Amino acid sequence: MEKFVKYTGLVAPLDRANVDTDQIIPKQFLKSIKRTGFGPNLFDEWRYLDEGFPGQDNEKRPKNPDFVLNKPQYQGASVLLTRRNFGCGSSREHAPWALMDFGFRAIIAPSYADIFYNNCFKNGLLPIVLPEATVDGLFKAEAASTDFQLTIDLANQQVMTPDGEAIGFEIDEFRKHCLLNGLDEIGLTLQQSDAIREYESRRLAAEPWIFQEPQKQ
Amino acid sequence: MAGKTLYDKLWDAHLVTEREDGSALIYIDRQIIHEVTSPQAFEGLRLAGRQPWRSGASVATIDHNVPTTPFNNASDIVDDTSRIQVQTLQDNTRQFGITEYGIGDVRQGIVHVMAPEQGAVLPGMTVVCGDSHTSTNGALGCLAHGIGTSEVEHVLATQTLVAQKMKNMQVRVEGELGPGVTAKDVVLHIIGVIGTAGGNGHAIEFAGSAIRSLSLEGRMTVCNMSIEAGARAGMVAVDDTTIDYVRGRPGAPKGADWDKAEAYWRGLVSDPDAEFDTLVEIDAADIRPQVSWGTSPEMVVPVDGVLPDPADEADEVKRSGMERAYQYMGLKPGIRTSDIKLDRVFIGSCTNSRIEDLRAAAQVAKGHKKADSVKQVLVVPGSGLVKQQAEKEGLDKIFIEAGFEWRQPGCSMCLAMNPDRLQPGEHCASTSNRNFEGRQGNGGRTHLVSPAMAAAAAVAGHFVDIRDLAPADQTA
Ligand code: SF4
Repeated sequence: MEKFVKYTGLVAPLDRANVDTDQIIPKQFLKSIKRTGFGPNLFDEWRYLDEGFPGQDNEKRPKNPDFVLNKPQYQGASVLLTRRNFGCGSSREHAPWALMDFGFRAIIAPSYADIFYNNCFKNGLLPIVLPEATVDGLFKAEAASTDFQLTIDLANQQVMTPDGEAIGFEIDEFRKHCLLNGLDEIGLTLQQSDAIREYESRRLAAEPWIFQEPQKQ
Repeated sequence: MAGKTLYDKLWDAHLVTEREDGSALIYIDRQIIHEVTSPQAFEGLRLAGRQPWRSGASVATIDHNVPTTPFNNASDIVDDTSRIQVQTLQDNTRQFGITEYGIGDVRQGIVHVMAPEQGAVLPGMTVVCGDSHTSTNGALGCLAHGIGTSEVEHVLATQTLVAQKMKNMQVRVEGELGPGVTAKDVVLHIIGVIGTAGGNGHAIEFAGSAIRSLSLEGRMTVCNMSIEAGARAGMVAVDDTTIDYVRGRPGAPKGADWDKAEAYWRGLVSDPDAEFDTLVEIDAADIRPQVSWGTSPEMVVPVDGVLPDPADEADEVKRSGMERAYQYMGLKPGIRTSDIKLDRVFIGSCTNSRIEDLRAAAQVAKGHKKADSVKQVLVVPGSGLVKQQAEKEGLDKIFIEAGFEWRQPGCSMCLAMNPDRLQPGEHCASTSNRNFEGRQGNGGRTHLVSPAMAAAAAVAGHFVDIRDLAPADQTA
């Protein structure tokens, strides 16, 4: 996993609440068996005027000129500013994969759906939670300027605005540690194999039925 | 010290270690796997040269992509990418020694219907699946929730999950449900009250006399939509209904083990003095049959109500969401639910595709015909076993005589990954769980309802109040 330390990027405002994962990456694109290549279909139904399906040449499709990511000033955006309950709905990890593949490294919103929030960290995408009023302020500041860039300093848990304001944010220690160091969680857990085996033998004695395998025939 | 909630008990029983940073390693008893969210996890194992920790802890089936018209082999699936996913799951489960209920197996079906039916999920377990509706299984008094694909890989490799304890929420529904009011109406009403983010960060325990009165299948319908209320996990405490449901299932313990298990399971209830971070109390008498009108499951009205006016909504973010929903749905505030003309009806999904759902729909459809204005009514059983049972009871004939289509098990038009889908602009009465934009097909407009309401709507061509039908047709 890529390390996330300090990052400066152009902000794209997606002024909607409750953006669900079906919108982030519509289900017809979940049929891929890979983790990459979802970027061109990020927000597919909003970005394109026709119906998208896998295997199309997305360059040739009619784009919706009103959608934020299609506007010239947001080309190259890597920080997504959005509203409450972002990423609700389906658990598909294809949502953070698509956001990452498109080029986003961080999201700023007042709140996220739990599974989506979790999935972001597994992929090096940083979902930042800021109070509703602060997010609102960022939307206004973005609207009032061109080329609105934010710097995200994960080590110090701060978002820096162009006029030098530092906004602090909270993040859980373990997630921060993994993100800062680009750590593989499975490897970390396997270091505790003994504890897992010990736990299993306790359970096996108390509740043997838990270890019954699903019937094959 | 205050007592423990059901969730506290399940959490404590599965704690392997706590880490200094506040996260924990919890043991996962059962992982359920389907073809859409697993390929990248197996790929990850292969790339890292890892083996499953305990392959017998997992069970797989195919559901999201499968056609609901008969087919015999993966190679019969016309859509290339669907076929590849179905074949990839077959290859992966064989390579890693995981049991799969695949094509042609009567046990094949929607993950959340198949697993409890097989007794692959038992009270007191931790259950995960790369699917947000895994919460369905919490109806059995277990801790069940959806995870992402990286976590699927983590569970395969370690049989554990890095987790943080959620907050405790209890939703108590007290009183008696009125005639025609089903589990689906209960959960839609709850979401209408607490909102789609109301349960964020919480595990919800559904409790109260109205929940107790539901069958295990009904409780699954309620727990299924926990995620639509923002909660990863929903659960119901163990009681006689739970024990009776589990007894005799293929995966249930036998003999002395059963007695020991039953004694343990009966303790899986919240202690009387347990404290919840959030408590929601609902009067069962307030719940009427529900219809969703917008693009979020919280946008519901009682069938005899009128569609709400965004102008009355004080919250600006909510108001603009409502306005956008009206635009997408092609509807106007103030109209009645009976004014919505329906193009298709879908009876199925992990919310409402179990035998009692099909019985409720058949009871309404019996002796009637679908309205001419309705192009298609799909009835899709949740598993091969549900289908078999329904056919034994003759429900398939009732549906076919009513002009409904009787299909093979799968997710079908719940998410339109297979050929079953809406055309742009079409309105659909659906027993599924999500009315998001495009969920049932690009531009499609979904209205969430109970199976009885869906069947009644198929016959009338628009929503009707199930309570107005002749008493003989009523389903409780
Ligand atoms: S029926 Fe629908 S909600 Fe349930 S698992 Fe299938 S796609 Fe998901």
